[in-house]
Amino acid sequence: MAEYISGVVALSLIYVIATVGLAIFTGFTGLFSLGHAAFFAIGAYTAAILTYFYDVNFWLALMAGGAMSGLVGVIIGYPTLKAKLRSDYFAIATLGFGETVRVLLENLEITQGARGLPGIAVETTLSMVVGITVLVMWIARNFVCSRHGRAAIAVREDFVAAEMMGINLFRVRLRSLVFSAVCGGIAGGLFAHYVSFIQPSMFTSVLSTQLTASVVAGGMGSITGPIIAAIIFVALPEMLRVANIWRLVGYGLLLVLIMLFRPQGLYGYRELSFNSCRSLLNWLTLSAWRNGGKT
Amino acid sequence: MFIQTLVTGLAIGGIYALMAVGYSLVFSILNFSNFAYGSIIMLGAYMGYFAMTEIGMPIGVAIVLSIVGSAALCFLNEKLAYSTLRKRKASSLYFMISAMGTAIFLENLVYATIGSRFYAFPQVLTQLNLEFMDISIGVLDVFAILFSFLAILTLHYFLQTSKIGIAIRAASYDMQVCELNGVNITKLIGWVFILAGALAGISGMFLGMKYMVYPTMGWITNKAYIAAVIGGLGSLPGAVTGGLILGVLETFVSAYVSSVVRDAFSFTLLVVLLMVLPTGLFGKFLEEKV
Repeated sequence: MAEYISGVVALSLIYVIATVGLAIFTGFTGLFSLGHAAFFAIGAYTAAILTYFYDVNFWLALMAGGAMSGLVGVIIGYPTLKAKLRSDYFAIATLGFGETVRVLLENLEITQGARGLPGIAVETTLSMVVGITVLVMWIARNFVCSRHGRAAIAVREDFVAAEMMGINLFRVRLRSLVFSAVCGGIAGGLFAHYVSFIQPSMFTSVLSTQLTASVVAGGMGSITGPIIAAIIFVALPEMLRVANIWRLVGYGLLLVLIMLFRPQGLYGYRELSFNSCRSLLNWLTLSAWRNGGKT
Repeated sequence: MFIQTLVTGLAIGGIYALMAVGYSLVFSILNFSNFAYGSIIMLGAYMGYFAMTEIGMPIGVAIVLSIVGSAALCFLNEKLAYSTLRKRKASSLYFMISAMGTAIFLENLVYATIGSRFYAFPQVLTQLNLEFMDISIGVLDVFAILFSFLAILTLHYFLQTSKIGIAIRAASYDMQVCELNGVNITKLIGWVFILAGALAGISGMFLGMKYMVYPTMGWITNKAYIAAVIGGLGSLPGAVTGGLILGVLETFVSAYVSSVVRDAFSFTLLVVLLMVLPTGLFGKFLEEKV
């Protein structure tokens, strides 16, 4: 039982790492990625191939996975972000990118096609995942609070004004994309060495959607919100284990409902902190008081 | 071989063009990527399939049924998932997410209720071939080409001459001025979605007949989005041209190079085009309006 719980926690945290990355990108630049599973897959395959075929040290392989994802992030981001395109173009480009990576993985020699890579050495431990999650969260927080983060927020809010202030639009967007790609790659590497089996069908658009859904439901421009959403989205259904298909039906419905009734998400543009807990408490007592007043 | 490939390419291109036009139509008015479009196409194909197999309708009636059903679904989609956002004047990002949510919802609803089985359409046209010299051309391909061009021509005629069509074209330039001139925008947008839905029904039927009917078949709209970007987002002639170009090129790549690189090819084409010609062939939207 303890093993099962630690398994759920580890998997949730691996998704949290990828979600934090996407939260930095989508939440802080306003650009929408529909192919983020590709970065996860690239990290997973790079790290797994290195340890599987070349007996590379796990940590080196993990870093190589992150670096490879970052590199691919530059390759895909350079042409699409350079031209200052509408976010729609970018979303469609990432959509195609995600599918292309999956098709490549299914057909390359080294990835063993659709069969996947079975029997990857299990290297990831729970404490390792916890450590890396904390590290990534800390870096993400510092990133957001730094000059780069402020520049990204300025770009998201009004890129014309931001550009007037001397912010290089392209560089800010590309930097966020690469950061999120590296996060995705590391999460992928951890994932591969945790479940010890990967195949291309694990990294479909469903995974991209889950990541994006977590960011949107958790709240754009927040880091803690998406983390909570990712945990809810991954851990809860895993623990309940019922209605596996209906889970995705629920995701879809939830996304639409959030857009209609609470577009800012769980923690849009705010962070979960002791202060916000207190204000939540205040709000609860206040509404209770209001309801009391009404009746 | 060459002629055969060209005909197949044109048939696929015609279906891409239909989807790209439906997608561009919504984009030109509401300025967002309607990612739910693929699932409407998928449902249209299912409706056509069940009309033919369960009720035993002839193919013509099934097509009409699929068109009407998809149009109704598309209309409902707008009413339920977008109209609230529109009234709040939300940014296009919210529309996009809502559309994506709708797509996930519908796709997985089909998974959960009908199942993930692949259904093949009853073989009405698929097996027939036109033999001509030593070239053999599928009747289905010819029908797909004819039908998609007929549909696009009808839409063109409708947009050029009818009162609603003129209002749609006006709204695609400037919605506010259009509204000031007494156009009922809510009604107009309803019409846009009905038209897009009708196109979705036709393309769903042909996609289902050409390939098969299954829950994720809507993902083929990725190609329609790429086609629309090639032609220039929001431009209807662009969508038609983009669809045909993509369909023909793709078929040639899979016939002469390898069918594996086909999808990678379309994507590379998209990225290269974005670098060289960011507006697409006939695009009018480049940068986001503030």
